[in-house]
Amino acid sequence: MRALRFFLPRDAGALAVGADGVARALHTTAQARGLAIELVRTGSRGLYWLEPMLELETPRGRIAFGAVEVGDIAAILDAVIADKPHAKSLGPTDAIPFLARQTRLTFKRCGVVDPLAPVAFKGLDAARRLGAQATIDAVTQSGLRGRGGAGFPTGIKWNTVRAAQGERKYIVCNADEGDSGTFADRMLMEGDPFALIEGMAIAGFAVGATKGFVYIRSEYPHAIATLDAALRIARANRQLGPDFDIEIRVGAGAYVCGEETALLESLEGRRGTVRAKPPLPAHRGLFGMPTVVNNVISLATVPWILANGAEAYRDFGMGKSRGTMPIQLAGNVKHGGLYETAFGVTLGALVDEIGGGTATGRPVRAVQVGGPLGAYFPRALFDTPFDYEAFAARDGLIGHGGIVVFDDGVDMAAQARFAMEFCAHESCGKCTPCRIGSTRGVETIDKIVAGQDRAANTALLEDLCQTLKFGSLCALGGFTPYPVLSALRHFPEYFGAGKSRQAAE
Amino acid sequence: MTWDNARADAIIEAYKALDGAALPILHALQKEFGYIDDAAIEPVAKALNLSRAEIHGVVTFYHDFRKTKPGRHVLRVCRAEACQSRGADALVEHAAVRAKGHDAALTLEPVFCLGLCATAPAAMLDGELYGRLTQKRLDALIDGCVR
Repeated sequence: MRALRFFLPRDAGALAVGADGVARALHTTAQARGLAIELVRTGSRGLYWLEPMLELETPRGRIAFGAVEVGDIAAILDAVIADKPHAKSLGPTDAIPFLARQTRLTFKRCGVVDPLAPVAFKGLDAARRLGAQATIDAVTQSGLRGRGGAGFPTGIKWNTVRAAQGERKYIVCNADEGDSGTFADRMLMEGDPFALIEGMAIAGFAVGATKGFVYIRSEYPHAIATLDAALRIARANRQLGPDFDIEIRVGAGAYVCGEETALLESLEGRRGTVRAKPPLPAHRGLFGMPTVVNNVISLATVPWILANGAEAYRDFGMGKSRGTMPIQLAGNVKHGGLYETAFGVTLGALVDEIGGGTATGRPVRAVQVGGPLGAYFPRALFDTPFDYEAFAARDGLIGHGGIVVFDDGVDMAAQARFAMEFCAHESCGKCTPCRIGSTRGVETIDKIVAGQDRAANTALLEDLCQTLKFGSLCALGGFTPYPVLSALRHFPEYFGAGKSRQAAE
Repeated sequence: MTWDNARADAIIEAYKALDGAALPILHALQKEFGYIDDAAIEPVAKALNLSRAEIHGVVTFYHDFRKTKPGRHVLRVCRAEACQSRGADALVEHAAVRAKGHDAALTLEPVFCLGLCATAPAAMLDGELYGRLTQKRLDALIDGCVR
């Protein structure tokens, strides 16, 4: 009998819920029965409520089991051998609705393959055939926009760097994925690191850069290890090209280093303080040289675009948001995970249908979209389509694509306070609105909640938010007003609205 | 291990040729000793041709770098929004109460996001990750540290 071929993630999210224990149980149980098995450790498919998710190769494709516990292994092996169903059986993996409804382009290989099994760099080959300028044109035509959060057109950024003069040029990958509710970069680096490496090699070829840096946050030790191993393999196989190399650098727990100029300062060995722009990093970036700074997902999407054509990518999406977005459903959600889909799906469909509502089973009260600097949306705005412009039109942002769900146990004033507290904790200190304003914001919210001069202090908070929004150097101070003002506007009852009137009557 | 100037110098020497070597050096020192002693400021500054003030600034800017030796175990319970939505605040408070008086055994550090937002609440103990944390499981982890 041929060895049974199993697949189990070694993704950090699966390890955190016991994947290694399941792997050990599988080996020992099979060995005790004299059963030949092969276990391939993969990245995650992104169906985290089903992790650890075990898959088995069958003549009809892979079938899945989840969420598997150590104690399930013996019975699962029994069921597999007898060709009978098991209580944890999920059927064919590709038919699981959460997966079947997705459009996986960037995450096509993630969770399916051994992340360290070498792959052909078809996108890079295509780029070399096209030439540097035509490669950039393809990226521009694809409509790809920066997936880190700002949404700047990737091709235009590359063109600027290509045209800039400098004795060296750099590709910097921003893997400082600090937004709560986001884990797409981590999943990609752990599940398909070669997609990122290939994307950086393509970017290097296109703009004429000789060196790439990946700045990964220290909170992601597994991503660092997997990317490092993949990099050694790509280098040994001479896949990076004759005059391009990549180096990994590790952050040190500063959220603000996700801001591109603070990241560059950090890479240069300094405190992660924000630089005033201009000059743009594309003109004077790392060590004063023209530098492309792109998010992990932006870079990892480029190989697909080059291999399949700009038109194919552009055909997905809506308006000015082309292609797909890996949306991350997180927090108090029943079906939490990564959902890559074309832009345009509504927030309500994501939270209620795809996410299945809250994990606690209580009503959804609010969702925060786009990380700690993203707005809180109430149910009334659930018709908003997932699109850069549509969210901006409703005073929100899609950011890096994270959606954090809260049930009715949430205290929205506490969430607003946390946004200010987080800004104070993470402020680099360079500009006054962010450094001082965040602390004043905490104090003012405390006064409002305590009922102290509520109307006056609410006006003061709104005014402070305007100062932060327009007076800060970067998005940390500039966007902290989004969660604060959205909480205040959409959930005034948590700030004691109506109470003072009652008291006066 | 306890701080050793000669060992620290060797680490500094190994990394100082990197472009922007400050963070790689400091990470390597902390990995070796568990913290960055004040005695490291001057040799790092000298190796990189920077002022002591600049290196002090770097060490104190980044939340990761410790100025004192931590306990035998380091527990980081995530405090960010996704984990808050699953009750992380209560876990953080509970851990603080449980860790009291066990400084030599256990150091608690805040962390804002471990990227385990779909299996919240989450924590990291000595580099190992834990998701879908409950107070009971957290207690078991802490018991293992302070016993």
